[in-house]
Amino acid sequence: MNKIIKYVITDILRNKIVVIYTVFLLAASFSVFSLEDNSSKGRLSLLNIILIVVPLVSIIFSTIYMYNSVEFIELLVSQPLKRRSIWLSLFAGLASSLSIAFFIGAGIPVLIYQANMIGFTMILTGIILSVIFAAIAFLATVKMRDKAKGIGAAIMLWLYFSLLFDGLVLFLLFQFADYPMEKPMIGLSALNPIDLSRILILLQLDVSAMMGYTGAVFKDFFGTSTGLVFSFFVLLSWIVIPVWYSTRKFNTKDL
Amino acid sequence: MRYFFFIFFCIFYTDASAENIYAGAKRIHKNIRSAIKAAANGDTVFVDAGFYKEKNLSVDKSIVLKGIGYPVLDGERRYEIISVKANDVVVDGFRLIHSGISSLEDLSGIKVYDSQNVVIRNNILEDTFFGIYIQNGLNCTIENNTLKAISIEEQQSGNGIHCWKGDSLRVIGNKISGHRDGIYFEFVKNSVIWRNISKNNLRYGLHFMFSNDDMYVNNVFRNNGSGVSVMYSNRIKMFSNYFEENWGDAAHGILLKEISDGYMEGNYFTKNTSAIYMEGANRIHMKRNVFENNGWALKIQASCMDVVLEYNNFIGNTFDVGTNGSLVLNRFTNNYWDKYEGYDLNKDKIGDIPYRPVSMYSMIVEKYPPAMILFRSFITTLLDKTEKILPSLTPENLKDSAPMMNKAF
Repeated sequence: MNKIIKYVITDILRNKIVVIYTVFLLAASFSVFSLEDNSSKGRLSLLNIILIVVPLVSIIFSTIYMYNSVEFIELLVSQPLKRRSIWLSLFAGLASSLSIAFFIGAGIPVLIYQANMIGFTMILTGIILSVIFAAIAFLATVKMRDKAKGIGAAIMLWLYFSLLFDGLVLFLLFQFADYPMEKPMIGLSALNPIDLSRILILLQLDVSAMMGYTGAVFKDFFGTSTGLVFSFFVLLSWIVIPVWYSTRKFNTKDL
Repeated sequence: MRYFFFIFFCIFYTDASAENIYAGAKRIHKNIRSAIKAAANGDTVFVDAGFYKEKNLSVDKSIVLKGIGYPVLDGERRYEIISVKANDVVVDGFRLIHSGISSLEDLSGIKVYDSQNVVIRNNILEDTFFGIYIQNGLNCTIENNTLKAISIEEQQSGNGIHCWKGDSLRVIGNKISGHRDGIYFEFVKNSVIWRNISKNNLRYGLHFMFSNDDMYVNNVFRNNGSGVSVMYSNRIKMFSNYFEENWGDAAHGILLKEISDGYMEGNYFTKNTSAIYMEGANRIHMKRNVFENNGWALKIQASCMDVVLEYNNFIGNTFDVGTNGSLVLNRFTNNYWDKYEGYDLNKDKIGDIPYRPVSMYSMIVEKYPPAMILFRSFITTLLDKTEKILPSLTPENLKDSAPMMNKAF
């Protein structure tokens, strides 16, 4: 298993896309922190990178990589190896290389300019989002045999999580404006890992505004240790469930 | 030489008329009550360090009551500790603990009844219902006192420094915490509040009602239940105060309700849910204030008129300005807004396109508070950008037509 992970990582490094992604993140993060006169604006730009760019790169790169390594997978399957361990080591290799890329690219500038609670939350959620979207990409590739269809599905999934879902929530909110929506909103946010990560960062970033009545409801939930445990458990299940389901599919898949 | 004798005589004369009377365990007067009884107007009563249970101590002569080494006066949770009922009284250097609590009478640590020129200074008040209470005072000074209450419920606690009806009062350098309102002014004119620290009070750090021509300078109001509230008053001046960490839905750095002709300069608003909330405020001039890291820097209701904001710095606020209607009768000019994205082609340090401080999302959150959970998501950023180009929801006239490119000061 370790050997396959090593192969995957060296292959990804040779591919150079991840290296370019790292360099891009590094350049973007350093420039947002050093160009703006106050670090709060830099934080906001970085927040957008984490919430939009990281999931996009993570899901698209993973999908394309999986489709391109179909032959490599076939070769591995012909060896006396368990399918489960092949799939999991592929996932481990991809997820770890994406997380390391994010940590080097965005984590190090954040640690230099923003070594506080906000910074740590940002790094942690960025890494978790990288892994989650790799997991979702695995689900997409195992479901679709056709490459174009698979990549299309990945893009649609990204669009759904980063844009459409929030639009739906906003729509629901306007429709049910007469009802107390604070608690259902917490439940809804668990259905989207990007939203959940955003709220976790928001609670650090806009703490003053979040102390208003409604914000206080969110703060009382997400700000407490039970809330934190809940959100990390939900984020974790966003990794575990797609990986588990795709592994099951891959076990019985006719290659 | 003649003059010298004259001066000497004067000093000698005054010294002879004002006697020093001592109270303490080892003195003739074992308690303060008998010392005050023996004193005449103009005398000084020195009280040795110790523990005194005087029940209600009434000071009805113009004397100086001075504690040496903070003698403790215990109200046994039943009595008002010191009642001042004469002019020119000085109460200095006592430690007052456990006043009574009553919902019928405003029992206090020190209460001044209808008197002039009273000075209350350097006292420590702990666990009192009301702290220092001036009822119809003229030209009184409350200076360097420390007031600390440990109350949990609003009903069971009184105000720290409570002034009801007065003129020319001075409240200087006091530290107040844990009371209902830190400082309370009602029907008080021509007074000054200077260098006080009012924090962790249950309701307001400072509460103003029907008090005209007052000024407060260099005070710190931190982490009070609902911040500071100034209501139904005219011609209030506020300089260099600090409003910090007043958190909660109904908490404001400062609430201005039905205020006219106010002037605010050099105040710092940091980390409040809403730094300023204005309702029915007229002719307020705000200049060179700093708004930093607040939820809302300014909530200005449509009922406000002729409010002028100039040369203020708005930095790192979640929302700069929130409002509830489209009518705008106020003027914003030459402020620095860190969210301003315009340009300055002629290099006069003033942005060439106006800045609209009301974002669309702040209007949405005003209407649908739970929408706050979607803040800073991709779709809300998109909505904000569209609104900037084609304003439809936000008031058209609420804008700073000459925003500064750099900090205003």
